Amino acid sequence: MENNTPNTPQMLSVSSSPHRHSGENTAYIMQDVLIALVPAALMSVVYFGWRAAMLIVLCTATCVLTEYVCRRVMKRHQTISDFSAAVTGVLLAFNLPPTLNPVFAVLGSVFAIAVVKQMFGGIGMNFVNPALAARIFLLISFPSQMSSWSLPFFYLSGNASTDVVSTATPLAQMASGSVTTPMIDLFIGLHGGCLGETCALALLIGGMYLLLRKVITPHIPLAFIGTVAVIALIAGQNPITHVLSGGVMLGAIFMATDYTTCPVNKTGRVVYGIGCGILTMTIRLFGSLPEGVSYSIVLMNILTPHIETLTQSSPFGSEVQRSGK
Amino acid sequence: MDTSKSNKKKAAEEDLLLPKKPFRTHGGVHIDHMKNTAETESEEIPTPKKVIISMQQHIGAACEPIVKKGDTVTVGQLIANSESFMCAPIHSGVSGVVTNIGTIIMPNGAEIKTIEIESDGRQTICPDIEPPVVTNADELYAAVRKSGLVGLGGAGFPVSIKLNFSPEKHVDTLVINGAECEPYLTADYREMMEFPEDIIEGTRFVMETLELKRAIIGIEGNKPAAIKRLDEIIRERSLDDRMCVLKLGTSYPHGAEKVLIKACTNRAVPVGKIPADAGCVVLNITSVSFIAKYVRTGMPLVSKRITVDGSAIETPKNVIAPIGTMISDIAEFCGGFKQEPKKVLMGGPMMGTALYTLDYPIIKQNNGLIFMGEKEADDVKPSDCIRCGRCVAACPMLLTPVNIQHLVEKRDVQGLNDLCVMSCMECGCCGFSCPARRPLVQYLRMAKSIVRSGR
Repeated sequence: MENNTPNTPQMLSVSSSPHRHSGENTAYIMQDVLIALVPAALMSVVYFGWRAAMLIVLCTATCVLTEYVCRRVMKRHQTISDFSAAVTGVLLAFNLPPTLNPVFAVLGSVFAIAVVKQMFGGIGMNFVNPALAARIFLLISFPSQMSSWSLPFFYLSGNASTDVVSTATPLAQMASGSVTTPMIDLFIGLHGGCLGETCALALLIGGMYLLLRKVITPHIPLAFIGTVAVIALIAGQNPITHVLSGGVMLGAIFMATDYTTCPVNKTGRVVYGIGCGILTMTIRLFGSLPEGVSYSIVLMNILTPHIETLTQSSPFGSEVQRSGK
Repeated sequence: MDTSKSNKKKAAEEDLLLPKKPFRTHGGVHIDHMKNTAETESEEIPTPKKVIISMQQHIGAACEPIVKKGDTVTVGQLIANSESFMCAPIHSGVSGVVTNIGTIIMPNGAEIKTIEIESDGRQTICPDIEPPVVTNADELYAAVRKSGLVGLGGAGFPVSIKLNFSPEKHVDTLVINGAECEPYLTADYREMMEFPEDIIEGTRFVMETLELKRAIIGIEGNKPAAIKRLDEIIRERSLDDRMCVLKLGTSYPHGAEKVLIKACTNRAVPVGKIPADAGCVVLNITSVSFIAKYVRTGMPLVSKRITVDGSAIETPKNVIAPIGTMISDIAEFCGGFKQEPKKVLMGGPMMGTALYTLDYPIIKQNNGLIFMGEKEADDVKPSDCIRCGRCVAACPMLLTPVNIQHLVEKRDVQGLNDLCVMSCMECGCCGFSCPARRPLVQYLRMAKSIVRSGR
């Protein structure tokens, strides 16, 4: 022991392997999701004006504040710095009609975070998507306010009061057989609808970003959108209209891919995406509602644990046939 | 009937071709290679004043010292052995006097006997050393057992056992592991650059003695010079009808036995079985090189090349040191520390063991000593699992660490069995890719111990 360096108490840190890390963390992932939401947020402000900006800021702020208060009250470690509450806030705002009374937006945000997320244990523990659950809560509680739509650029018409020009969503129009929205308008978002769901182009840009950054895998969006298109074709309707209108794009790219509530394995994700597509089209074609993306995703959220169990991959080497001797 | 038979025969023949490119493997992660020491010649450490030789230098039963305090020993002399099947005898790497039969606490907490030897600096070679006569598989088994060889890739499995398979297994392929997929480590690479002839000779010798049909040397694509050199020697010696070098992808863990077998032969080792059940024998590239040297000289495994690297060490390099050399001596030989080491690893950063003290000797299967400084050793607290599924995508064995961690907390033996946790080889891909920094490998280890103990 004489070769021990004197006067240096070596306190080495010991831990389990691995001793290297990819450097990723939850906050980076959530920041990427927020960045991916920026194009759609900008387009919503362009189309629906300051009301859109106000709702996005209000929902985000309320969600973060609610999360902070909840964690304080429950005496748990603070989690607002992981940005997940902010993501929920923006996504909830995207699912609201632009002219919604801000009080309802605040109510929805508190419900999303306090009831759906924190009461079940916080991040990673909720069994349905908080933003979608809050949207459904608002839709059921305040049906008329939640389904009064306005045309893009209504704020330019000079009719600046709350009494805005109202319209129907393309899906409602299609269901009633009145007008069909031109395809290009559907693609760039020139039609009535929720804040963030109208501009398919902006959502696609965000989706590409998430794929490039490997935040999401393509399984769920492709399975979801593909199923919607195939069922629309079978039903004799225009598949592109179905894919581009309503919440399919927003749902398939940003809502159904929520980590906590979707299966963790690839096969499970494909099954889950197909299930979302089938339920969406069932509601659209046979239900009394014109739109069904939120319900379909929430229902599939609930099935996630079972899908995971049923699609569990067997470990490498469990089904071995050796071809040669 | 006839066509199906001939199809089968054709398939069997194809199965034995030498692969042109690697087969697909599952999962894996991309890690910075950081092979800083790749291009520097290995250096031999001056004979240390004192060595402490642990009696546990392999997977299996510990050895018992057969020397006692005051005995004089020579280089290559047998100093510890065991009757157990799962064991490799231990030889002295220095000449000198046994000063103590002591004990040491291993990083896993177990206490193990040691032999402390004070070196006389003369490095007298043991007079009993003579090259073994090996003409058949049984003699090879006996010779390798006598040489004290353990798998030099890191796990330390006694090599003699790998060579001792029953004929019913129809083993036909020798797979040589030159992947060296761990970051930092270049000890195997240096062996490839310094002793390429020994590697090819050892591979040929093992293949022919065991009457195997082919040998595949798998090397990661980040070592082009080694691939080229070994390939040249195979051609020079006209062995290219039975032997080939396969350039593997550079994702971690290509050097994991089961992953390597898949990449080289497209075969899967059945769950809970050994490579022989997939018709393969897997040896580390430094191990076959050692076998060639042993057959030539008869000098047992008494020293080891170790990659010394990490942000805390002054001069990273490959050091050849006698087994039992103190880590502090090796650090001193590498110029000491440029910053205080916060974490010291035996092995690579992905699977290595963190040591609690520098006052610890190296053992046979050590291939790396990584001295991490404060910043590199960052121990970030885990946060909540967000179920992102990165661990599932990264797992080469197709397990679901995300769900396993919850079952461990519930101590659900049945559930853990259903998720096949025993297949886990602790490669660390899940923990590496987890954004919440969950200690997933630790959960998996607990899962395995829960399944083993049944509660």
